[in-house]
Amino acid sequence: MSGSVSQDVAKAGTYKPHRSLTDEISRHVREPFPWLIVIFTVAVALAPVVMDDVSMRESLLLAAVYVILASNLNLMIGYAGYVNFGNIVFFGLGGYIGVYLATSWHVNLVLAALVGGIGVSALAYLFGRGILGLRGAFFALATIGVNEAIHAFVTNFEPWGGATGIYLSMDAYEPLGGPMNGLWICYFLIVVVMGLSLLLSYGVKTSKFGLGILAIGQNEDAAAVLGVPTPRYKAIIYAISGFFPAVAGGLYFFKSGIIEPNGAFDLTTSIEAIVMIMLGGAGTVTGPVIGAFLYEELRGFLLFSETFSHLQLVLAGVLLLIIVLFVPGGLLGWLRARLPWLRKWLQ
Amino acid sequence: MIGILASVIDGVLVGAVYGLAAMGLTLIWGVMNVINLSHGAIIVLGMFVVYFLTGATGVSAYFGIPLVLVVGFLAGIIIYWVSVNRVIGRPILMSLLATFALNMIIIGLGTAAWTTSPYNVPVSLPGITIENYTFTGTHIMAAVIASVVAGVLYLFLHFTRPGKAIRAVASNRDAAELNGIPTRQVLAMAFGLGVALACVSGALIATLFPFTVLSGGAYQLKSFVVTVLGGLGNPAGALLGGIALGMVEGLATPFTPVSWTPIIEFGLFVLVLIAFPRGVFAFTKA
Repeated sequence: MSGSVSQDVAKAGTYKPHRSLTDEISRHVREPFPWLIVIFTVAVALAPVVMDDVSMRESLLLAAVYVILASNLNLMIGYAGYVNFGNIVFFGLGGYIGVYLATSWHVNLVLAALVGGIGVSALAYLFGRGILGLRGAFFALATIGVNEAIHAFVTNFEPWGGATGIYLSMDAYEPLGGPMNGLWICYFLIVVVMGLSLLLSYGVKTSKFGLGILAIGQNEDAAAVLGVPTPRYKAIIYAISGFFPAVAGGLYFFKSGIIEPNGAFDLTTSIEAIVMIMLGGAGTVTGPVIGAFLYEELRGFLLFSETFSHLQLVLAGVLLLIIVLFVPGGLLGWLRARLPWLRKWLQ
Repeated sequence: MIGILASVIDGVLVGAVYGLAAMGLTLIWGVMNVINLSHGAIIVLGMFVVYFLTGATGVSAYFGIPLVLVVGFLAGIIIYWVSVNRVIGRPILMSLLATFALNMIIIGLGTAAWTTSPYNVPVSLPGITIENYTFTGTHIMAAVIASVVAGVLYLFLHFTRPGKAIRAVASNRDAAELNGIPTRQVLAMAFGLGVALACVSGALIATLFPFTVLSGGAYQLKSFVVTVLGGLGNPAGALLGGIALGMVEGLATPFTPVSWTPIIEFGLFVLVLIAFPRGVFAFTKA
């Protein structure tokens, strides 16, 4: 893992530090990778429409949510080198804000989800200034504490329905043209958020800001000495990594029709996102996507198979252990070490 | 007033057991810089060992404690060689994930074998009654055993050769290796010891409260809080931290609904982490 990241840092380091915005955009447009992201997003969005397959839509929706969680968490774990165990708190809190605004205040769904995203990012920024002073394992533990504290708080918070949560009535889908239409609209919106997450991941990685973040991931003290404003950069990347998961939370729970604390702040989902990153390859843009799709497939297979349904957790654990002990670069790290030409195509 | 005092004292008794659980966590963390995320699962393992032992033989749960210690120690050594040995000295994410994978495996197997329905270990001990307030016998006994085990651990770490070797490896592994200490084996022993402590605390918790396969998570989080309160790699601090946490719980119980306790605990946890990253009870430099 560290090998590939350091080479990427070296590559990014050859860019000139000062560029105009138009230069920046035209440079990216000439690269093949952003176009791959766009093509991939459109393909995912259209696949269930062309096949006219609702169950395919549901599994792709789950995969897209996984990609959003894994890709944004990768900004923290893969780029900045900070292990965030409580990343699901963004998804859950964004979901609560979005669903609450859309139901109790009848705010437009997209606007409600965006407000959720902005609110969560702002909270994350303020909070990040505090807990990002902690290094390594202490930070990881603090993120678990944050998730559990907010979980316990929401369980007791009556305006959000306490332990039973918020149920949506059929009327809630009326502004979207009824439940049938509403589900499709939610699907397209989530796929768009997925595409934007991947572009964000690519954009961060190739920007000067991203160079600072990658430097923090390599050696924080050295980065600080070389002039990277580490406390501010860390808080910014923490806030950014919360934005799209929070927006996706609003859309996802609106689509599900119910949000309750145990589902919204489930620590297991947090860890599953880390498994996806490790499976695909941390510190890359494509890795979390591969990991998320593979994990979704695997999970579906295990849940529905006669023999393995009881042992789903065990097999996921064994898989994770094997990756950590023997293939720490993940699938993409393993491939890129053998096929160097892949670097240009799969960032 | 006396009601609050009784509640606090009971909190202290239970807190001593939390302290014991946290000692297992902090020992491993301090010696090899690995946060054992399978800690909760191992606590549950201790609960089930004592459950099946009392069920099969009918002896009191307290006589099973030495056996739990041995089982835990052996399990810990196996766990060390299977999943921890390769990740020592690698980035913190790797050891977190390796131990978490283990947690998933243990919880998954446990759920398949014992489902998630609640179990309890029946223990009857006479309590002590003072002015209408009864201090349960099991709570007193658990606190006494926890304190004895903590005391023995202290003596072991400070007055025996293996104990001194563990402390030497914790303070500087390279220097220890240069002085002829087989550090791999010492790390395995320390890991086994940490797991054994977690198992014993699980066995004691089983005599206090009903439990399920999934109970470990809550006690693991409590152990984190205690470790942070007590300071990293500091077993004496862990006991004090556990007692402090128990006091906080005891103080909170008469005033707030039970469902608010986690908010207080985790709020305290995050605040202490930010304000005292070295631990509140860290008297000596870690």
